[in-house]
Amino acid sequence: MATIYSEQFRPPSRFVIIVLAIFGAGAGLLVGTAQGSGILGIIGGAILIAALGFVVTQLVEGTDNSGGERAVRWALPFVLAVGGFLFGGAAGAIVGALMGWFFGWISFWIARGRYRRGLAPYLTSKQVLWFYTFRVICWSILIFLITPILVVMPLSFNAEDFFTFTPEMLALSPEGYSLKHYKDFFYNPDWQQALRNSLSIAPAATILAVGFGTLAAIGLSQPHVPFRRTIMAILISPMIVPLIISAAGMYFFYSRIGLQGTYLGVVLAHAALGIPFVIITVTATLVGFDTSLTRAAANMGANPVTTFFRVQMPLILPGVISGGLFAFITSFDEVVVVLFVGSASQKTLPWQMFIGLREQISPTILAVATVLVAISICLLTVVELLRRRSERLRGMSPS
Amino acid sequence: MTFKKIGALAACTALVAPAAFAQDMADDMTLVSWGGAYQDSQKKAYADPYAANNSDVTIVWDESSAEAVAKLRAQNEAGNITWDLVDVVAADAIRLCDEGLAMEIDPDEDLAEAPDGTSAEDDFGDLLVSDCFIPQIVYSTTFGYRTDMVPEGVEPPSDICDVFDLETYPGKRALEKRPINNMEWALLCDGVAKDEIYDVLETPEGQEQALAKLDTIKDDVIWWSAGADTPQLLADGEVFLGSTYNGRLFSAIEEQDQPIGMMWDAQVFDLDGWIIPAGLPEDRLARVKDFVMYATDTQRLADQAAYISYGPARKSSAPLVGKHAELGIEMGPHMPTAPENAENIFVYNYDFWADYRDDIDQKFQAWLAK
Repeated sequence: MATIYSEQFRPPSRFVIIVLAIFGAGAGLLVGTAQGSGILGIIGGAILIAALGFVVTQLVEGTDNSGGERAVRWALPFVLAVGGFLFGGAAGAIVGALMGWFFGWISFWIARGRYRRGLAPYLTSKQVLWFYTFRVICWSILIFLITPILVVMPLSFNAEDFFTFTPEMLALSPEGYSLKHYKDFFYNPDWQQALRNSLSIAPAATILAVGFGTLAAIGLSQPHVPFRRTIMAILISPMIVPLIISAAGMYFFYSRIGLQGTYLGVVLAHAALGIPFVIITVTATLVGFDTSLTRAAANMGANPVTTFFRVQMPLILPGVISGGLFAFITSFDEVVVVLFVGSASQKTLPWQMFIGLREQISPTILAVATVLVAISICLLTVVELLRRRSERLRGMSPS
Repeated sequence: MTFKKIGALAACTALVAPAAFAQDMADDMTLVSWGGAYQDSQKKAYADPYAANNSDVTIVWDESSAEAVAKLRAQNEAGNITWDLVDVVAADAIRLCDEGLAMEIDPDEDLAEAPDGTSAEDDFGDLLVSDCFIPQIVYSTTFGYRTDMVPEGVEPPSDICDVFDLETYPGKRALEKRPINNMEWALLCDGVAKDEIYDVLETPEGQEQALAKLDTIKDDVIWWSAGADTPQLLADGEVFLGSTYNGRLFSAIEEQDQPIGMMWDAQVFDLDGWIIPAGLPEDRLARVKDFVMYATDTQRLADQAAYISYGPARKSSAPLVGKHAELGIEMGPHMPTAPENAENIFVYNYDFWADYRDDIDQKFQAWLAK
């Protein structure tokens, strides 16, 4: 649709070249630092990309040949990939290709004034700048949050026993990678014991938390219950009180009554931690629950138990399940309380990871972390799907 | 109906599952150790063989030695001793013994005698530094350096003072985040004679002097607190040289093939061993004593050296030290106690640090924060 672009706003070439030089300097800093000299990288990158900007402005000038654009955007990743390969092997080629793609896209995006497309035409340059700065800030925050988790994943395939990106790994050579840390996780009796403990403690704690939490939420949603707010605050307190304080308190209390160092003790402690999540999510779903339905059921002769299981439960089920999932994850990820309340025979996965990290920095921990992240993502996806389903059922969203 | 069924099922599981877990743990014997390669060596050398001969005992490992003092205090406070045998360094053993948290032992009665009939007391000799302490190994805190980061045309570091020589050996150093050992090394390299170090370190001026010496390299130091940190930093090339326990360096060099060299000069010997928590019930005490008798005899301590490069605490074990169980290399030359490694050594000064630790710790932390 070249004709449309040609009629549109087009920034002056000086502006294009300066903006692109700034981006080039940024990329140059990245490459330069990796190669040993950041300043050289900044200057080199700025000059290179400024030159690209000049070529692009010449291309865009006058004629509407989108063929030129296509050629540049195909050639650039290729050229930079070859350059990157000469510098840093396979990994360099990938970085080069990505950079080529990025600069090919951004140079035409700026030179053709596409960045104004989709924005209100009366916006000043400052407003346009802020519009994009804002998005860059948001993406930076997102990247800042997710990078530590992403960095861990490739390291878990390390062939060495250290948290190190070895030269072989950076060159993407197969020798640098191995599944041995995953093998260690699945065959080492310590890890297997920890996995078994986690998988038996977490579901038991979840069932208790869901049972008690749901009942408490239903009870507390009745308007005639006295001291509702106080009771609610007490039940939710495990979520607010610093974990270490709950843990130390539980340790001394459970020791006195003989629950310290038993599975039952850990399950009860984790159930107490999970109950607030269930109460909160179930209370939230009960807000949308029409109490006249229970009265209708009673009117038709159903006793309260039948009413609960056949009328109320199906409607609040999404809240119950997402609360249960949160309770499950809480128990599954929890390390402080189990260190106090549990003994060595109730070692859970987080406990095993904690000692592993302190005594022996082994990438097996990273392999386990990757597995756990995958599980967490699955569980959160289920929560999100359930939430959508419940909204759909209650007619809150038009879909 | 399905919801009712699910609910009933859930309720049953919730009640039954924990009850099933809460089986009697009376057969479990909880041993507390450090985790990692060291705990593995204990497992292979004596815990596994012991368990094979005593099928009624299940050994459970708890990797809590680093917090042993605090946790034993809490267990004592709560009146609920869950540990049966605890592996600690000698300094912690002395502390626990003083606080009455560890049980005093009688070496000749509770420990096996040497094969030639020497009493346990003579066989362990000076290493019985506390009435509660049953030594297992002699380890040392020493330095490792990256062999590929030694500047060209320069000999690899072989003198403790090379740590303070930033001109000849540029690069980061890893030192432990505590004054012990660092203060001694600093004074030694500031011209204080070896036998006067603790006299100097007693005085505030001497402490200032040591910190002033450490100040000269402070900007190039990465401080570590767990034994695994330095091998990781060395493997990463993050530091040029760093102090850690010699067994960690052995495993990085020989088992993981890292380009690391040992610098044994002015290594500091320390002891690690068992203590039995005070206040165990009769039956558990008898069981633990039986294990200790077996696990600290001459052959078992020598066996441990086949898995990790720490010197056995018994004199009678030394001649029995052989080859590494998996690598098949002679372990003798890798022991901190080997004559060529032990030309210039320190021995952890328990009395001095018991008296001055809090004071110097405070000054050291203040200096670190500056």
